[in-house]
Amino acid sequence: MTTQSTKTRSQGEFTYTPEDGRLLEVEDLYVEFHTADGVATAINGVSFELNQGESLAILGESGSGKSVTAQAIMGILDMPPAVIPQGHIRYCGQDLLTMDPEQRRKTRGPEVSMIFQDALSALNPVFPVGWQIAEMFRTHRGMNKSDALEQAVRLMERVQIPGARDRVKAYPHQFSGGMRQRIMIAVAIALDPAVLIADEPTTALDVTVQAQIMALLEELQEERQMGLILITHDLGVVADVADRIAVMYAGRLVEKAEVTDLYANPAHPYTRGLLESIPRLDQKGQTLAAIGGLPPNLMRIPPGCPFNPRCRMAQDVCRTDLPPLREVAPGRLSACHFAEEVIDA
Amino acid sequence: MGTYILRRVLQMIPVLLGATFLIFAMVFALPGDPLAGKCGERPCPAAYAAAFEEKYNLNDPLPIQYGKYIGNLAQGDFGETYNGIKVSEQLKERYPVTAKLALMAILIETIIGIIAGVLTGIRKGGFLDNLVLVSTLVVISIPIFVIGGLAQYFLGVKWGLFPVTVTSGEATVYQLLLPAIVLGSLSVAYVARLTRTNLVENLRSDYVRTAIAKGLTKRRAIGLHALRNSLIPVITFIGFDFGALLGGAIVTESIFNIPGVGGYIFRSIRSRDGASVVGAVTVLVLVYLVVNLIVDLLYGLLDPRISHD
Repeated sequence: MTTQSTKTRSQGEFTYTPEDGRLLEVEDLYVEFHTADGVATAINGVSFELNQGESLAILGESGSGKSVTAQAIMGILDMPPAVIPQGHIRYCGQDLLTMDPEQRRKTRGPEVSMIFQDALSALNPVFPVGWQIAEMFRTHRGMNKSDALEQAVRLMERVQIPGARDRVKAYPHQFSGGMRQRIMIAVAIALDPAVLIADEPTTALDVTVQAQIMALLEELQEERQMGLILITHDLGVVADVADRIAVMYAGRLVEKAEVTDLYANPAHPYTRGLLESIPRLDQKGQTLAAIGGLPPNLMRIPPGCPFNPRCRMAQDVCRTDLPPLREVAPGRLSACHFAEEVIDA
Repeated sequence: MGTYILRRVLQMIPVLLGATFLIFAMVFALPGDPLAGKCGERPCPAAYAAAFEEKYNLNDPLPIQYGKYIGNLAQGDFGETYNGIKVSEQLKERYPVTAKLALMAILIETIIGIIAGVLTGIRKGGFLDNLVLVSTLVVISIPIFVIGGLAQYFLGVKWGLFPVTVTSGEATVYQLLLPAIVLGSLSVAYVARLTRTNLVENLRSDYVRTAIAKGLTKRRAIGLHALRNSLIPVITFIGFDFGALLGGAIVTESIFNIPGVGGYIFRSIRSRDGASVVGAVTVLVLVYLVVNLIVDLLYGLLDPRISHD
């Protein structure tokens, strides 16, 4: 689904042109949290890339580092306690981590944008929703109040909020959960960003609304040819929207594959465990498969493969040697010593 | 909104009746004879005493006295002091002084308190933060008569930076400056701490993170998004404090010889001048209720999640 139409974008004196449609490159990224109890390594050498018009899902349990990855890209980590000791995050070839802070600020919104899990707390309770959308145009485009508000109404209509013109002055608490998330999306896509990061956009919503929000995101992504990073723990949500999936465990990428390949034949025991834990209608009455144990404490990640204490296939080598992320089949990466056996199983 | 205000105004009636009755009953129960000393060394002539008691309804039982008083009050008559001066005249003279002092104190506490709170809130744990934390603790722990006395002695008498007391007649802004600083100092501490705590909490909130993710400047994310939310409880506190200050500051007024309502009530209680006490307190209760209503309405404007329907 990747398109190669390359659009050049400029913000002030800076121009961002994706080379060969490559929008974002995360390379060997580390994020540590320095706390009173010690250093927790939340991200441990993560690399991936995102192209124009592509959807990448980052999948993992709570604490796997998927949200921290998103926040590092967005530049909204609290630093301190967070520290990025090494790594690169390149947007159109320019490293966001070494960029001048003011220049980087100007990329947030017009270039890279983000929607959050809980729209009720992510929107400011004391400002009208239209005002909060219009703020994007006023800050980044210097638009006057009434023009910006007119744009806000148009965006609210675009994200299918009924009676947008009448509700532009309403406050976040006066909307339902699904409508609030639509407003959050309107804020994020206001300036037509090249990259949209959605951090668990449907987790706080009920199932029918989840499907509507995902459909809207998919539609907007195709319409605007955005690169979409979808952070989730929900395999069901991913299947329809994502082109590629990156699975994270304990701050590392453990598997990366096209979505169809991954669902058909997972190449890592953790991914297989996740897929087996999806409830299925044809297995009514049976005990739900679950991955035993808990993710490791990020301050004391076990030696060898971080998944080994929970892995049914673990051998001695898994307890001593860290498996590198390697190509195990064309276009498929896995960080398991026995990836080939897992795929064939 | 309109019905809410009407309901609140109607609610004031029982509160006002209850408060005035309590004050009236307490003054009634005070020991002592208002006629004592009225006629020099001798007891007053029987005819004068009778006329005096008749005029001030002193022989009626409490409920009748109170009923007559409220009846007059409803017609706008606050009654007379035992010296024959109209209570309303006294209040008209003193209330502007108290209001002026209260307003100055509120301005001082608002401006200094919020600035101190913001500066310490955005640099939590810094030098300024610790300095303000310690100094506000000191101010909170020292009684107002000590602060007032020290300020008067050093800033007024010794170094001559401020007028020592308010001279008779009109209390000017300049004369009220030091008392207003003393009066505001306690609340500055509360305002600064309240602002700081709320700001620190709001800086960690999701919507401030959103504001940063929207590419807003740090100044806008903190100064508008976080501060706007942080000031809601602060403004509520300031509003109620203003209501309390309008009730007069007995200690500060007496230290600086300010002709305000606080001192007036104090002297009236000592001379067992029921009409003055009840009259002044009635006005105070009314002012307090109105200020409360305004604060509640303001709260609804500041925080749209609160509805007054």
